[in-house]
Amino acid sequence: MRELAIAFNTFRECIRDRILYNLLIFAILIIGLSGILSTLSIGEQVRIILNIGLAAIEIFGVMMAIFLGIGLVYKEIDRRTIYTILSKPIKRYQFLVGKFSGLLFTLLVNLIIMTAGLVGVVYLMGWHVNSTFFYCLWLIFMEFVLITSLALLFSCFSTPTLSAIFTLSFFVIGHLTEDIKFFGSRSENPFLQKASTILYYILPNLENFNIKALVIDTIVRGLYFEDVSAGVGLKLILFSTLYGLFYTAIIFLLAVIIFEKRDFK
Amino acid sequence: MIRTEGLTKVFTVGFRGRKVRALEGLTLEVKRGEIFGFLGPNGAGKTTTIKILTGLLYPTEGRAWIMGREIGDVSVKERMGFLPENPSFYEYLTGLEFLNFYGQLLKIPYDERLHRIGELFSLVGLEGAEELQLRRYSKGMIQRIGIAQALLNNPEVVILDEPMSGLDPLGRKEIRDLILRLRDEGKTVFFSTHILSDVEMICDRVAILVKGRLKAVGPLDELLGGYVKSIEVTVRDPGGVFEEVKDLAERVIRREDLLLISLKDEETVERVIEVVRERKGRIHSIVPQRLSLEEYFVKMQEEG
Ligand SMILES: Nc1ncnc2c1ncn2[C@@H]1O[C@H](COP(=O)(O)OP(=O)(O)O)[C@@H](O)[C@H]1O
Ligand SMILES: [Mg+2]
Repeated sequence: MRELAIAFNTFRECIRDRILYNLLIFAILIIGLSGILSTLSIGEQVRIILNIGLAAIEIFGVMMAIFLGIGLVYKEIDRRTIYTILSKPIKRYQFLVGKFSGLLFTLLVNLIIMTAGLVGVVYLMGWHVNSTFFYCLWLIFMEFVLITSLALLFSCFSTPTLSAIFTLSFFVIGHLTEDIKFFGSRSENPFLQKASTILYYILPNLENFNIKALVIDTIVRGLYFEDVSAGVGLKLILFSTLYGLFYTAIIFLLAVIIFEKRDFK
Repeated sequence: MIRTEGLTKVFTVGFRGRKVRALEGLTLEVKRGEIFGFLGPNGAGKTTTIKILTGLLYPTEGRAWIMGREIGDVSVKERMGFLPENPSFYEYLTGLEFLNFYGQLLKIPYDERLHRIGELFSLVGLEGAEELQLRRYSKGMIQRIGIAQALLNNPEVVILDEPMSGLDPLGRKEIRDLILRLRDEGKTVFFSTHILSDVEMICDRVAILVKGRLKAVGPLDELLGGYVKSIEVTVRDPGGVFEEVKDLAERVIRREDLLLISLKDEETVERVIEVVRERKGRIHSIVPQRLSLEEYFVKMQEEG
């Protein structure tokens, strides 16, 4: 598996990158802080911890995906390491598969570390999480996958700064597609109406990966997912997963097409 | 072993889309087992050609084959090695990690890989640098490990872009010896350079590229032999020769009874020899002064 060799090297590159450590340390700090913060309030302390903790995991994970993703291919071209890599018997798309999965594996490891931190804090406060908590993390990971594919796409033809701006805006807009549609529909301007509808249908709705509020509720009330979201449950998870994979596949395919065609000058 | 047919590359640069014709219809054939020097001044299109051969650039026109398979066929790369110009590698890896990684890409089995890597470290003279991160390697060391990675799979064809650049005279000699050794192992070596002395001793044939166009192909002597700049004749003059030849020659230097006469062509050489015989002088040497490669390039560029 040549892809595996590339993936492993990408993982090694990522974990030797200072950006990753800084983000991870920050995330852990904030998760720890949420425990201290929660003691200042009366009542549903675990709600505060989970609110802050899950948000931190999502935001910092997305930042890792973006800041490592935008350099994934760009750095190889900029530092000319791509010249010898592609002179080995590996197809260009295989190289991309390797880079992509290497970063995903890195993100998975970091997700596990951050999650362990959060579960630890929750446990210290005398609570425990339930299975729905892991559904929530799974969907957060799906969001990482989608964002990573996008960063990878930009990384194939654009500079890191531009790629970061694009991917970050995509992340923000992706969480606001409902609002964009809402404001568009209330607008008098027919152009804005059209544009907002198109945006709504083209851009993935990243809120599909957000079941944080639901999950926190089940944990606080000691319920199970199926109780709260009657009739949705695993179906929701499955739908969101397929939704994420669908977008990821399209974006990755675009990246492959661009990468296959380009010259390395 | 390597064959190109009408390779052409046009770069588009800047917002205006200005066209740069880097390579114009290159047709070339490199035979099995030869050391082939790809010569040309900077900007001639050598790197462009090599990048097309290694699949990093797509030609605007033309085709190329390596070992009978069209470039773009990945299987070619299993039996090929490549060292790019001014190479640069993953600086966060140690030398050993780096070669091991590339060995994995080549699917060399573990035991064989370790053995081969050990061999290569000593072949390129990098023993002791195995555990050092590549960011700590000097330029010469990077060049050496670059050659090592090109030889990992014991390739049949080795393509090297300016392999001697950035090396001191001793390093250059070592690379020359290494190339000869590769030929002795039956490999085909195709390498580019803009420096004549790199190719003089070792190449079976050279191609000369100027401004993207192929100017000549063949053994180096034959190519430059056709361009004799002048002929220098050294003569012992018992008296009288100097006066008779000084108008025939471009330049005569006299030191005691020795004359160093620079002549333009072989006809005047004949005349001078006659004069020397008549005056009972002695001819010490007749040396044709070949064009140096640099002068050759200039001449080519003047001729367009
Ligand atoms: N990426 C590029 N964009 C535009 N022009 C280029 C590019 N790469 C090379 N060139 C031009 O192509 C010509 C050949 O370059 P190159 O192949 O690097 O020459 P060499 O390796 O013989 O020194 C030069 O005139 C150079 O300026
Ligand atoms: Mg060059």
